[in-house]
Amino acid sequence: MSKSGIFTSSLAKKYWMALTGLFLITFLIGHLLGNLQLITKTGEEGRRAFNEYAYFMGHNIFIKILAYATYISILAHACLGLYLAVKNKQARPQKYAHNRPGANSGTASRYMAILGTAILIFICTHMANFWYKQKVAETVPLHYVEVKKVQQGQDPMTGQQITQEYTEIQALTTMGVYFPIGYINPQTHEKEIQIKPEGTKFKDPQSGLVAAEGYKDLHTVVMNFFGQSQQGQPTNQLAVWAVIGYVISMFVLMFHLWHGFVSAFQSLGLNHRKYNKLISVVGKAFAVVVPLLFAIIPVIIYLNR
Amino acid sequence: MASKTININLKIWRQKNANSKGSMETYKLDNVSTDSSFLEMLDQLNEQLVNEHKEPVAFDHDCREGICGMCSLYINGEAHGPDRGVTTCQLHMRKFKDGETIYVEPWRAKAFPVIKDLVVDRSAFDRIQQAGGFVSVNTSGRTIDANTIPVGKAEADKAFEAATCIGCGACVATCKNASAMLFVSAKVSQLALLPQGQVEAKQRVLNMVKQMDEEGFGNCTNTGACEVECPKGISLENIARMNREYLKAIVAAD
Repeated sequence: MSKSGIFTSSLAKKYWMALTGLFLITFLIGHLLGNLQLITKTGEEGRRAFNEYAYFMGHNIFIKILAYATYISILAHACLGLYLAVKNKQARPQKYAHNRPGANSGTASRYMAILGTAILIFICTHMANFWYKQKVAETVPLHYVEVKKVQQGQDPMTGQQITQEYTEIQALTTMGVYFPIGYINPQTHEKEIQIKPEGTKFKDPQSGLVAAEGYKDLHTVVMNFFGQSQQGQPTNQLAVWAVIGYVISMFVLMFHLWHGFVSAFQSLGLNHRKYNKLISVVGKAFAVVVPLLFAIIPVIIYLNR
Repeated sequence: MASKTININLKIWRQKNANSKGSMETYKLDNVSTDSSFLEMLDQLNEQLVNEHKEPVAFDHDCREGICGMCSLYINGEAHGPDRGVTTCQLHMRKFKDGETIYVEPWRAKAFPVIKDLVVDRSAFDRIQQAGGFVSVNTSGRTIDANTIPVGKAEADKAFEAATCIGCGACVATCKNASAMLFVSAKVSQLALLPQGQVEAKQRVLNMVKQMDEEGFGNCTNTGACEVECPKGISLENIARMNREYLKAIVAAD
């Protein structure tokens, strides 16, 4: 019994729903703190901080383990949730002709499967827009900056002292320094990249050894996606819809958490007169505050376009 | 006190037997005393139907004082009707308005198949009880008096509150998932809280949950509807207790 009971019984399925749900709730806190850097810091400093943070999140072994736990939790929570929703529908083949569910239960609690499915669709689009570009498709440009430089020298023909202005292209590297890789041709205004990256790696032309690693510029991808024009990248023409879709998704998340947070504790048997008030207040506050903070980020980016 | 009477329209589920397809039928019933109970109103309707040489409506009832758990009925979209903390036999017609249309349906659940009209087969509950809802006391003549075992007042009260469950099935009927968790948790709790029941607590909860799943009840999504509609006010705390008991049992199974 014990071996299979952990997975097969109705109660055990609820434990897994609760455990994965609570894990995803803690994931939301981490994700939110990362996202908030998009609006708390501005300019090159903000761009650098966010890209360095994104690099750290993709390379730290501890974070990587948490990331895989998150992928598994999302899949398990969604699959098990949909399975339970189907089973629950089958438990009542004949519906009531007249039913008043609103008389005895909260609205959010009755629509968890629909809310969850909407969130799953959001997660798919969200991952396609950012995660896939960053991790799989490698379409995220590297973090480059253009720095105006002044060159002093002698004209070889006349021997006159001349100053020439030019723009140097530098890549931000994981060593924390900006690394010159090319310049903008003053005549043609074209970018002349002398050290071309392979992926994110810059190699020494002679030895072929990796000289430096650049940061992916996820910050610019996000800013462009939500309507800002940065680093000469084309702005997302549908940014207003991206913002609206994002905000609606966060409202859906709000309702899902409104019931889900408190419900997880009940499923795990953590129901006690002493703590119920606390769990309820913290749960409802979390359900409102966290999605709201997520939602204001793209709105602010869009308004500052 | 002068009794008021009302005229009502009834929409009642009629189904000849377990295999036939049922439908909602409309009836008109005049001069219903507001002091009569809902079941007395149905008696009045059946009298009218018999006089018209029609088949009377079959419905479950027994003690008619709210303690046997026999009466059921999903009235106007709620288990045991719009009142709180009462069974259908304790629901009075004064809760309805003159000229009102009242929907009367049987409990709807895969595990509670309709036998006839408003009567459903609730033997799934009996089988869950038989799977573990008891204490295997040695009854060969050497049993000790239960009162010799000390039980704390608070624990005794909680066990008693759980034991007030009359097994009517309103929790299943009202649950959007047709889940029997409130019933099963009450039956698990009333024994798990007492020293006599704790001896077999692990196997009891495993067996009762297994039977509950096999009967085809849905899963609990913690909407809390069962607690609201329960005529005996069985608390959701019992479901949490069953969740704990079950977790203990599967983690530390023999």
